[in-house]
Amino acid sequence: MRPDPSLRERKAPDMAYSAVFSAGLLDPDRETPSHVSGPAGKAAAKRYNVYRNNVTVSLIDALAAVYPAVQRITGVEFFRAMARLHVRETPPTSPLLFEYGRDFPAFVERYEYAQGMPWLSDAARIERAWLDAYHAADAAPLTASGLASVPAERLADLVLAPHPATRLVRSRFAAVTIVAANRAAGPVEKIDASQAEDALITRPECDVVLRRLAPGQAEFLSALISGRPLGEAAGAALEHHPGFNVGAGIATLIETGAFISAGASASIGDNP
Amino acid sequence: MMRDLTASSEREACQPRFPAHALAGLAGTSFKPQHLQAILAGPRPRGFFEIHAENYMGAGGPPHRALEAIRRDHALSLHGVCLSIGAPQPLDTAHLARFADLVLRYEPALISEHLSWSTHETVYFNDLLPLPLTEATLAWVCEHIDQVQEAIRRPLLLENPSTYVLFREQTMRETEFLRAVTRRTGCGLLLDVNNVFVSATNHGFSPLEYLADYPLGLVGEIHLAGHAEQSDDEGGPLLIDSHDRPVADAVWSLFESVIARVGPIPTLIEWDSEIPEWPRLEAEVAAAQKILDHAASVGGRSHAA
Repeated sequence: MRPDPSLRERKAPDMAYSAVFSAGLLDPDRETPSHVSGPAGKAAAKRYNVYRNNVTVSLIDALAAVYPAVQRITGVEFFRAMARLHVRETPPTSPLLFEYGRDFPAFVERYEYAQGMPWLSDAARIERAWLDAYHAADAAPLTASGLASVPAERLADLVLAPHPATRLVRSRFAAVTIVAANRAAGPVEKIDASQAEDALITRPECDVVLRRLAPGQAEFLSALISGRPLGEAAGAALEHHPGFNVGAGIATLIETGAFISAGASASIGDNP
Repeated sequence: MMRDLTASSEREACQPRFPAHALAGLAGTSFKPQHLQAILAGPRPRGFFEIHAENYMGAGGPPHRALEAIRRDHALSLHGVCLSIGAPQPLDTAHLARFADLVLRYEPALISEHLSWSTHETVYFNDLLPLPLTEATLAWVCEHIDQVQEAIRRPLLLENPSTYVLFREQTMRETEFLRAVTRRTGCGLLLDVNNVFVSATNHGFSPLEYLADYPLGLVGEIHLAGHAEQSDDEGGPLLIDSHDRPVADAVWSLFESVIARVGPIPTLIEWDSEIPEWPRLEAEVAAAQKILDHAASVGGRSHAA
């Protein structure tokens, strides 16, 4: 029995409690809502603040869970002050907290007190991509033998489908080295942040892998991810980096499990 | 409708099927991924595990591998924390569909949600927020529970929340409200004994009187957890449902009095923050199990309600 959909779409009759109650949850300047109290007319300021605190602290904690390297770089106090502002400005719009914080890297980029760390937002972009890879759908990566089954004369036309976990993040800074060092246990050595780095994030088996790409590989993989055939992708990479090694690029895409079976121009894995 | 049924039976056919594990009379605890290795390495725990549904709504990856490993060996309780049943706005149907998919995928023995809300318009507040208990909100909550139960094709257990404020427009007692919800929707109840104690302290009523008025015969699961103590505006005690420490002695006593009346209901130790090592949590579960086992040995369920 399917209930009348019009019932589901109708507006709630005069039940504004959630509007009134929620208005001050992320706004410390608002007064305690007048429709709540303690028992026997007791005041409710500290009582309402329990909810304010639960909401704000749990959302800051959610960002800290997504961005552990950023928090380690900035220190906990700096991170939580920055995250608190972001939580108030951009609260989540999905109940799935592992989806939260997509706007955080752009927020970090313009955050006044982070201007001395211009690499910080790219570090955040890599960490956001890391969590996306972690929760992405499962799929068997393309193997060397799968690729070897393609006839040589069709290789240039081969179109590959990216694995659901695959993400590419390009940085003008040494963001890959910075994230890797700050996610590992142990002390962080001094890093020359001025070196541009490209990150490839994949999940070939159960574990997420973060890899720094050689010059040209980002152009190569980016073209493949957008559906261009292998020959064109190699051409795009060579155009930017004449020294680009196609063989090494192909080895990287196999090793990292960045792709699954082939798409339109050739078929791998589902030969009749 | 036909298309829906076909789709779900196809989906069921290609999912792994899990064994049915006993749940009656058992204690369990929240499953935390950091405990997975310790759980698998030690002697298999007797009890069940509960998960927050929303943590397993990603498409794939390690969370599902861990949950499959747990589900193979144990009964599972699926605990929703974000359906926002108590909000005066329509349920998020995409979210409800994800919830129903988890029910199909993991075949939980228990499914529960809260008498609370967490989303207003599109903003998700990540907390169990309170609602005024009135005839108007009762109708709304019942409609939402009907909708959930249709989606999961099972009865839901509805949990009493911890609350810190009262609404001036409130006209119904929580026990009265919960009883009415069960009558209208056919849902069951999840009795959180810690929440009873927390709310009773915060609002100055007797937890024993609350339990005397509560429809214990409809309880399908019990929750126990630790709480923190702060003070309210007048300096009186204000308890916080913090889930970050052992169950308080007063809550254990209330739990024993409930079990003595209704017999060994499946009972869960919740511990969601400042999470201890597995053996510490296992000891807490063993303490609950001892009380359940004692009740089973003296004659099982007495059907108090």
